[in-house]
Amino acid sequence: MAEVVLENVTKTFAGTVALDNVSLTVPDGSFVVLLGPTGAGKTTTLRMVSGLDTPDRGEVYIDGEPVKGLAPAERNVAMVFQQYSLYPHLTVRQNLEFPLKSPLLKTPREEIDRKVREVAEVLQIAHKLDNKATALSGGEMQRVSIGRALVRDPQIFLMDEPLSSLDAKLRADLRIELKRIQARSGATLLYVTHDQIEAMTMATHVGVLNEGKLVQFGSPRAVYEQPVSVYAATRLGQPRINVLPADIFAGAPLGAASIGLRPEHIQQGAGEDALVKRVEHLGDQTRLHLTFRKHDLITVTDAHTPLRGGETIKIQPLKPLYFDAAGMRLA
Amino acid sequence: MAQIRIQNVRKEFGAFTAVRSSSFTIEDGEFFMLLGPSGCGKTTTLRMMAGLELPTSGEIFIDGEEVGMKPASKRDIAFVFQMFALYPHMNVRKNISYPLVSQGLRGEEVRSRVAEVARILKIETILDKPVGGLSGGDRQRVALGRAIVRRPKAFFMDEPLGALDAEFREHMAEELRALHDRMGATTVYVTHDQLEAMQMGDKIVVMNHGVVEQFGKPQQIYDWPATKFVAQFIGSPPMNFLEFEGMIGVGGGAIDLGGIEVKVPTSREGRAGRLTLGVRPEHVKFVSDGGYRGRVSAVEYLGTTQIVTLATSHGDLKARISSGHRVQEREQIGLEFDARTLSVFDAETGKVLLSDGNQGVLRHG
Repeated sequence: MAEVVLENVTKTFAGTVALDNVSLTVPDGSFVVLLGPTGAGKTTTLRMVSGLDTPDRGEVYIDGEPVKGLAPAERNVAMVFQQYSLYPHLTVRQNLEFPLKSPLLKTPREEIDRKVREVAEVLQIAHKLDNKATALSGGEMQRVSIGRALVRDPQIFLMDEPLSSLDAKLRADLRIELKRIQARSGATLLYVTHDQIEAMTMATHVGVLNEGKLVQFGSPRAVYEQPVSVYAATRLGQPRINVLPADIFAGAPLGAASIGLRPEHIQQGAGEDALVKRVEHLGDQTRLHLTFRKHDLITVTDAHTPLRGGETIKIQPLKPLYFDAAGMRLA
Repeated sequence: MAQIRIQNVRKEFGAFTAVRSSSFTIEDGEFFMLLGPSGCGKTTTLRMMAGLELPTSGEIFIDGEEVGMKPASKRDIAFVFQMFALYPHMNVRKNISYPLVSQGLRGEEVRSRVAEVARILKIETILDKPVGGLSGGDRQRVALGRAIVRRPKAFFMDEPLGALDAEFREHMAEELRALHDRMGATTVYVTHDQLEAMQMGDKIVVMNHGVVEQFGKPQQIYDWPATKFVAQFIGSPPMNFLEFEGMIGVGGGAIDLGGIEVKVPTSREGRAGRLTLGVRPEHVKFVSDGGYRGRVSAVEYLGTTQIVTLATSHGDLKARISSGHRVQEREQIGLEFDARTLSVFDAETGKVLLSDGNQGVLRHG
C-alpha cells in the first residue's frame, strides 16, 4: 500500500515525446485507470513507475521516496501484462508460490501455503491448484497471473490491459472481480487500458491521456459529466458525444465554438425538426441516426419506438456542454 | 439482387457435423446476419451459400435457382473476407478494375464502373495511389470496391471488421450499413459480435453447435428469445436467469419464486419441474417494499446508467438502472420485474415456454 507520485515527468523516444511533463498522484488505496488511444503515453507511464524505463526529466515517488536508480525488483511493485506468461511445466500452485520462494524473501512454508490458499479463493481457482498451468482456459491463466502478483503483497499493482485478450463474458466477470479484490485488499492499483467500459466501471480515478499529456484526472462520473475538453468528452460514452457548431441551437454562451451533446441528452418531442436517417434496435434501447441542419447526430430512444427511417422528429438540447475554439470546455 | 433460400442444409466434415439441417430465407435486399460463437457453423453456412463448400445434403436457392452443387464462380456473388488482400503492386484503380478486366470488359465500361464505385465509397481522390501507403480504412474500402464493381447478386462477408480496433470498427460498421442502404444488394454477414448483429442487421440467424436456434428481427429476438442460449448470447449484460423448482399451467399468469408470486405473460404451455425465469437487466426495478429481495454485490458506473449486481436466493442478477440512483454495496433492495417482458424456460431443454408475450414471434419464426 502506497501513494505514487509522478512529478513533471518527461520521456522521449528517438525524438518522439512519449510523456510531456506529466504530474499525477495515485492516492494510496486507489484504483487509477489511465485511458487513451495507442500512443497516448499510458504504457510509458506504467513503465516509469515499474522501473522498466526511467524519465528523461522529472521524478517518480513511491510512498514518499524518490525511486530514481532503483531497479524494478527493488521497487516492490507487481506487474500484470496482457499476455500472461505462466511456467507451463508447473502446476497452478507452483506458479502462485514462485514469487514467494525467492531466496531473498525466506518466506516460511506455512505462510506460503496460507497466502496461496487465500489468493486462490479470491480468484476462484482453488479447485484448480493442482492442475498444470497449460490445462487451464485463457481466463483461468489470466487469473493465475493476477494471483501471482497478489501473493507478493506488493506496495503497488501495475496492470497493462490485463483483460484485453479475454472474451466478453470473462472480461465482464473479471472487471467485477478485480475491483472487488482491490477494494478488499486496499492495494494501490495503476491500470492501463483503451477500453472505456473498464475505465468507467472499475476506476476510483480516471486519468485521460492525449499525446503524452495528462488532460484530465478525476472520478469516472466527473470525467463523464464535466469533461475539461472535447477530447476528454469523447473518451467516455458509447455512442460517443455529438459535437456540433455551437450556434446550431439557440442559447450558446459567448465564446462557444462547439456544443457537445451526449446521445441521451437530446430531448425528443420539442424543439426543431430533425430527419431520422436510420433506426437501430439494440434491444435495451434504440439508436436514432439523425440529420439536423446538415450535421449527423446520434441519439437514443425507447427500445420499442415506432419511428422509422425517413420520418422527422423534434429535438432540443437537454444538458449541453459548450467548448471554445481550442476545444476547452466553458464553465 | 437476390433472394437466398436455405433448405435442410447439412454439412459433415468426417464424423463432425458442422451444420445440422438449417432452413431460413434471406429476402432480396436484406442485410442478413449469421451470428454465433466460434464453431457454431456460421462460417460453414456462409461458405456453402457462396459455393466454397458443398453441402452434404439439402438445397440452396439463389433467386429460385438451386445452386448447391455449383462452384463459387458460377453463382455471381462476391465474398469479402476478414483479411482483405489487395494486389500490392497495383494502384487503387487497377485493384478495383481487376475483376472487370478478368471478365473481359474493356476501356470506357471499366472506367465508368470504377468511377461509380469510387463515388459510392468516397475514394475518388485516392484512385491513382499505390495501395501500400493506404490507411486501414481505405484498404478496407478498396477491398469492398473490388467486390462491388462486379455488381454481383449478393455480397457475402465473413467478419470483415474483425481485425479492426473498437473505435474504427464502429465507424466502418456504420459505413457498410450506409453503403448497403444506397445499393440495396442482398448481404449476408457473419459475426460473433451480438452488438454488431443487432446494430447492422435487418434479420439475424442465431446459431449454436450447428443448429439454428432462432431466426428473426433483432428486436424480436432480443425481446422474445426462443432458447436460453439466445437469451444469454444477445444483450450486454445478457438476460438474467433465476433458476427455480415450480410449475406453470396453460393460462397461468404467475410463478412462485421462493414463496413470492411473480407475474409473467399468460402461459400457452404447461410445465412442472426445473424452470428458469428470464429477466432482462433493464426490466428490473428497485422498490422499497418489494417481496423479492437482493443484496448488492457490485456497482458498475456506465455514464447515464449503471449495472448493479445483486445476489438473490436464485442466483446473481444484474439490473440496469439510472446512475442518478445511488446504490451502496451490501445494501438489501426490493426488486420488481416488468411482468410483460418476462420469459419462462424449461431448464432441462433450454427452450422457452410459449406465452401470450412470445407466441407472435415464435409461432411463425
